[in-house]
Amino acid sequence: MAWFHRHKGLTPYLLLAPGLAWLAAFFVVPLGFLAYQSLQSGTFDFGFSFTWELYNYWDAISRYRDHLVRSFVYAGLATVIALVVSYPLAYWIAFRGGRWKNFFLLLIIAPFFVTYLIRTLAWQTILADEGTVVGVLRDLHILEPDGRLLATSTAVVAGITYNFLPFMALPLYVALEQIDPRLIEAAQDLYASRAKAFLRVTLPLSLPGVFAGTLLTFIPAAGDFINAQLLGTPNQHMIGNVIQSKFLELIDYPEAAALSFVLMAFILVGVFAYSRALGSERLTG
Amino acid sequence: MSVAAQTAPLPRRRAGVLAFLRAHALTAYAILAFVYLLLPIAVAIAFSFNSPKGRFNYTWQGFTLDNWRHWDAVAGLRDSIVLSIQVAAISSVVATALGTLIALALVRYRFGGRGSTNFLIFLPMSTPEIVLGASLLALFLNLQFATGFTTIVISHIMFNISYVVVTVKARLVGFDRHLEEAAMDLGANEWTTFRKVTLPLIAPGILAALFLAFALSVDDFVITYFNAGSETTFPLFVWGAARVGAPPQVNVIGTAIFVLALTAMTANILLQTRRARQLKGAA
Repeated sequence: MAWFHRHKGLTPYLLLAPGLAWLAAFFVVPLGFLAYQSLQSGTFDFGFSFTWELYNYWDAISRYRDHLVRSFVYAGLATVIALVVSYPLAYWIAFRGGRWKNFFLLLIIAPFFVTYLIRTLAWQTILADEGTVVGVLRDLHILEPDGRLLATSTAVVAGITYNFLPFMALPLYVALEQIDPRLIEAAQDLYASRAKAFLRVTLPLSLPGVFAGTLLTFIPAAGDFINAQLLGTPNQHMIGNVIQSKFLELIDYPEAAALSFVLMAFILVGVFAYSRALGSERLTG
Repeated sequence: MSVAAQTAPLPRRRAGVLAFLRAHALTAYAILAFVYLLLPIAVAIAFSFNSPKGRFNYTWQGFTLDNWRHWDAVAGLRDSIVLSIQVAAISSVVATALGTLIALALVRYRFGGRGSTNFLIFLPMSTPEIVLGASLLALFLNLQFATGFTTIVISHIMFNISYVVVTVKARLVGFDRHLEEAAMDLGANEWTTFRKVTLPLIAPGILAALFLAFALSVDDFVITYFNAGSETTFPLFVWGAARVGAPPQVNVIGTAIFVLALTAMTANILLQTRRARQLKGAA
């Protein structure tokens, strides 16, 4: 009987084994190799060797401080703008979508059906100097007569915002959709103004969606290099551009690996601080 | 502009007028947001019909069907599409198999280490792609394993597993265990129960996961870029072409992918709606 129980208990582990083994071999172990690589010294021509070269990290942070700061500023801006654009949209679909909810959700994820690079190239076309948008903004004197959108920080942030917006909108929708409208009615029956009912009932109940959405937007945005490459200039390059070029063009593997870990570390610290802040706010608010 | 900003407190007797304004302000805002979401798609599709003068497909020059008729006229494009489809086919099938097994274990069994398993599944999805790509490259470099077709497939299976687990799990959570117990009570053994009861019930979830994995694989650029060696998938082809001016044929393929994916999604939604209605009718 004891054997039988032990045998039966094995089933979940047998189901897990192949998939988790794959993740261990090609996700966990590679991170170890990345760490190993980041502590090597040498050059491509003479070969790299493991020397506990912690200096790589110091060098990475001090030389690419601007890129790091820019990555987090751009990602932060994109996350805030995506939240401001998505919240009313998700709210509208959740509470006014009616029978067409699924159709509207399909419209939200429609950008994902166009290859990432192609939709970023489409932004290149939209923001181009000869394009309509720049023309109109110049006519309205919002832009200088020789002002540009393409190859500016604005274009890069706009691209990042657009590309990761569905990651914000979907969790917001899921959170808002779960709210029982009777709770809002109850608040209004108890003489809460619409604004107050929103601030005291809807908004707090949607915070899990805000939390998930901001993380899902911020994390990939901070590591992105495609938007800076296609919509910006080297002046807009982010840490992802540096990692990419050091790995694949300059063949400076140790420094590139160190930069990857620095990026990860900053993201982890940011996520931790953010979840603490939002968590405590939810308790007191 | 947030919802709260549109609804500054006003005297209650004007609530009717306010509600009207508010409803329409919000709707107008939603329409604008949809325009923003769909505009680049419209541009990408429109420029597949453009006949550019030089090699830059940036400004509208005139309508033509030539790009569609001669979609194959650009050297290397066809090969990149074939490679993308091969990679997506293999990686989505393997990832769906591995991920479905994990999802089954997570939803149907209590066992030690569930928390850490969930965490391990969640981690790749919350790691920037560039770190995933870079770490795999570090692995292959240090083991002196040449990057190419095999390493692309390996990496795609890796990042797809988590998405499959999440998708299938979502379907399994609402699953009625009593149906399986009923089958067992009627004398079916575990394997028959799984084949005749469990599998048909979770099949739509598995199919959705397979589609998702296929789509993610076809679209992936960053991880592939690090581990492709000299191979060129479709996104890598677009990247290379963008440096010298992407030909309109790139937009043709992009449009075709968009239409295919949209059709598959719409069919899926319609099927699910019908299924839900049937289940409601049966209850």
